[in-house]
Formats: sequence, C-alpha cells, structure tokens
Amino acid sequence: MTAPMKTKADAAIQVKTLRKSFGKQRVLNGIDLEVAKGETLSVLGRSGTGKSVLLKLIIGLEQPDSGSIRVHGQEITGLTRQPLNEIRKTMGFLFQNSALYDSLTVEQNVAFPLERAGGLSNPERKKRVRELLATVGMEKDLDKLPGQISGGMQKRVGLARALALSPAILLFDEPTTGLDPITASEIDALILKMQKETNLTSIVVTHDLPSARTVSDRLALMRDGEILIEGSFKDLQASKDEFVVQFLSRDS
Amino acid sequence: MVSFPAADLSGARKATQPASTDFLVRFFEWFGDLGLFCSHLLRAVFLPPYEFREFAHQLDELGSKSLPLVALAGAATGVVLSLETHDSLVSFGAKSLLPELLVSGRVAAGIGAELGAMKVTEQIDAMEASAVDPYKYLAATRILACVLMLPLLTLAADFCGIFLGWITTTLTDPISLRLFIEHGFKEATFNDFLPPTFKTAVFGLIIGVVACFQGMRAHGGTEGVERAATSAVVISSLFIILADVLLVRLIQVFFP
Repeated sequence: MTAPMKTKADAAIQVKTLRKSFGKQRVLNGIDLEVAKGETLSVLGRSGTGKSVLLKLIIGLEQPDSGSIRVHGQEITGLTRQPLNEIRKTMGFLFQNSALYDSLTVEQNVAFPLERAGGLSNPERKKRVRELLATVGMEKDLDKLPGQISGGMQKRVGLARALALSPAILLFDEPTTGLDPITASEIDALILKMQKETNLTSIVVTHDLPSARTVSDRLALMRDGEILIEGSFKDLQASKDEFVVQFLSRDS
Repeated sequence: MVSFPAADLSGARKATQPASTDFLVRFFEWFGDLGLFCSHLLRAVFLPPYEFREFAHQLDELGSKSLPLVALAGAATGVVLSLETHDSLVSFGAKSLLPELLVSGRVAAGIGAELGAMKVTEQIDAMEASAVDPYKYLAATRILACVLMLPLLTLAADFCGIFLGWITTTLTDPISLRLFIEHGFKEATFNDFLPPTFKTAVFGLIIGVVACFQGMRAHGGTEGVERAATSAVVISSLFIILADVLLVRLIQVFFP
C-alpha cells in the first residue's frame, strides 16, 4: 500500500472537484471546499441541492464518482473499511433526524460508539456517557427510548452520541430543521459551546440562515451542485448575484 | 415536421424497451449485490472484534420467541400424521418443511422489517459513521443465530410432534410411550438424523442471509420497509423449497 499523501497542515477537510450522480441525476458538479482546523463552515442552499450528500461523502457513507476528499490530510476516497473506520473515529455526525437507535435507551445510544471503540472500563464508560448527556442537558432521561422524547431532545442525544469519541471534526446535517425557533437557538448555543470547549472543526449543512450566521466563521452557498459563493456573511451580503440576494432576503 | 425535445425521445426509447429486459437487469443486479453482501459478511464474521453480546441477544430473540409457534406447528403435524397415516416417527422429521417455513415467515419478516426500518431512518448510516461495521453487528449476529437456532427449533418441533402423535395414538389405541418410540425408531439410523438436521442449518443460513440482505438494502420510507419484510419472507421461503429439493438429492447420494 502506498503511504497516504499529506497536504498542508492547517486544513482539516479538503474537497477537490467532487462529483456525484445518482442514476442520471447529477447532485454534485465539481465541489471545491477547504475547512481549516478549528473553523466552522456553513453550507447553505435550497433543499435537494446535494448538501447532505456532500457530508455523507466526507464521512465515507457514499463514494464519489470523481474528485478528492482529504480528511486530516489523508485521502479517504477508495479506502477500505478498516482504515476508513480509523478516520471515522475522529469524526462525529449529527443526522438530520438524529438517527438514534430506536431499540436502545438514551444512555445506551450514547454508550454504543464507546463500547465498540473499547478502551474504557464499565464504570468509566458510564461516567463518560453521563458527562456527555449532562453537556447537552439530557442527564435526567437516561432510561427513555428515543420514541419517548421530543425532536429537540433527540437532536441533543444525537449530538452527545456524535461527541462520544471526542472527535476533532463534527458534521451537522440540518441541525435545526424541524425545530421550533427557541429549541433551534438552544441547539445553536450548544454547537457554539462545543466549539469553544473543544476547538472542533465543523461543517454545518443547513438552510436556516440565522442559525448559520450564529454558528459559523464562514459560509458557502450551493446552487445546482456547485459552490456559488463562499465567504463571510458580509461577503455574501455584498454579492449582486440574483440568487444570493434572493436567498439572503428571506432572512431580512 | 414535428421535432421532439431530447428528453422526450429518450422517454420514448425507454417505453419501447421490453419490460423483460428491465426485469432481467434487475434480476442479475440482485444476485450481484447479494454476492457483494456475502463477501462483506464473510470478512465481518471472521475478523475480530466479535459481537458476542449481540449474538446472545439474537439467539434469545430468534430462538425463544419462535419456540411456541414452532412447537405448536410440530404438535399439530404430529397429531395429523398419526391420525391419518400412522406414519413412522422417523419420516416425520425428514418430510415436513412446516417448521422451517414458519420460522422463515416469522424470523425473516422480523429481521427484514427491523433492518429495513433502521436503513430508511439512517440508523445503519449512523452505525457506519460511528466506525461500527453493520455487517458485523447487525447481519453476522442475526445470520449465525439463525444457523444455530433452526436445527434446535426443528428438533423442538419434532419432539412436540412425536409426543402429541403418541397422545393421539394412545387415545384410540393405547400404547406405552416407550413402545411407541421403540417401534417408531426401530429402523432409524444415523442417516435419518444428522443429514436432515444439517439441512435445517442450511435453511437457517438462507433465512438469515436473505432477510438481512433485503433489510439492509431497503429504501424509500415506510413502503420500503414493507417491501423489505415481504420480500424477505417470499424469497427465503422460495429458496428454502429449492434448497430442499437439492439437499434431499445430495443427502440421498452421500448418505444412502
């Protein structure tokens, strides 16, 4: 096996000319992205523009048709399961609908990745699970099943599970979609808290502009499988592109 | 002259393509995907770490929960056989596919629906994202549990069949259990016992593999889950019947 190629040290995630189609439908049409260590990038765009697919490609749940994805400088496209899993252990993923294991309790959901990764004794693991659940304010609902808690609470548990292996990178797929404004801002506050406490690198896929403004250092707006514009919120505001103006005006 | 946009032309071409070609493509694709699934599975079964706890949980889930149904079916078959034919006990176990088909119905539908629901709600993706191999944690444990449990469940069905067969017989024509069994097993040999038991393990493998495969490739919401559960039962039952034909012949050749 050839040694993994290294890229410049400060990029946690580097995506180059990424293309992906499902059947005849082209979803990503040459995406270029770079996220520095400790940075939060929000990827905005209308529903169905391939934002979630981009996240799934970055964590290796889908394979691209062409292009390159480097995580911590290592190319992940075409990796077999074992080396890919080693990289996945450094990443967390918060799914759109939380994707909690519905036959396991809140506590067991958060313990699941820890049990499989090994290295912790039973009492240590229990303590870590309680710490994680306390961070997201869910320490009182340990024995509840996912079906017995609200959507916002499920997101919190999902976040605790994504943080279980102390990842360096966290990927958020629509973290505030389907939540009421108050719960949505609570989730935003949690994301900000995580960033401060752990120096996380994150990509937040969303179409919730207020949320994106709150949590991210940089924004990227996608259209037709491509990045239309990238920069700070001010950069986006300065754009004269009709689509950008239309997208931002929804918020004002 | 009327001109068609390109999209319409391709649509027209698609419409004139015979449905049988489409079916054949999907048929071979299914076998190709099954092959890939099995290769993932083989790696997952043999490479550590091993999921002993989940395996034990599945043994309980598949075994003890199928037992009442299988026992009842075995008992009913025993009664009917002894009423109708006074058939020998030995041929009872070898002839009936009822326990296997019942387990296929119960277990395959259960696994197909469970894994199908996990797939469409992204729980299997979540598992992959947590660096856990779903082939190992979900599929291998269920399939191995099926392989181990089917012979045991069949034995339980046979036992119930024999016992109820004796009760039925003795009600009309009193006979001691000892005599009933001695008479029934008089001509029984090794070949009447081990090869048929082995056969049920193969049926277990079929049920497990088909149900996990159909479940893990489910897509398209609630309807996808329903399709996964139904197809798991139909395909595994079909394969069991086909495998029975083949295995009966093989057993006749190797254990005459």
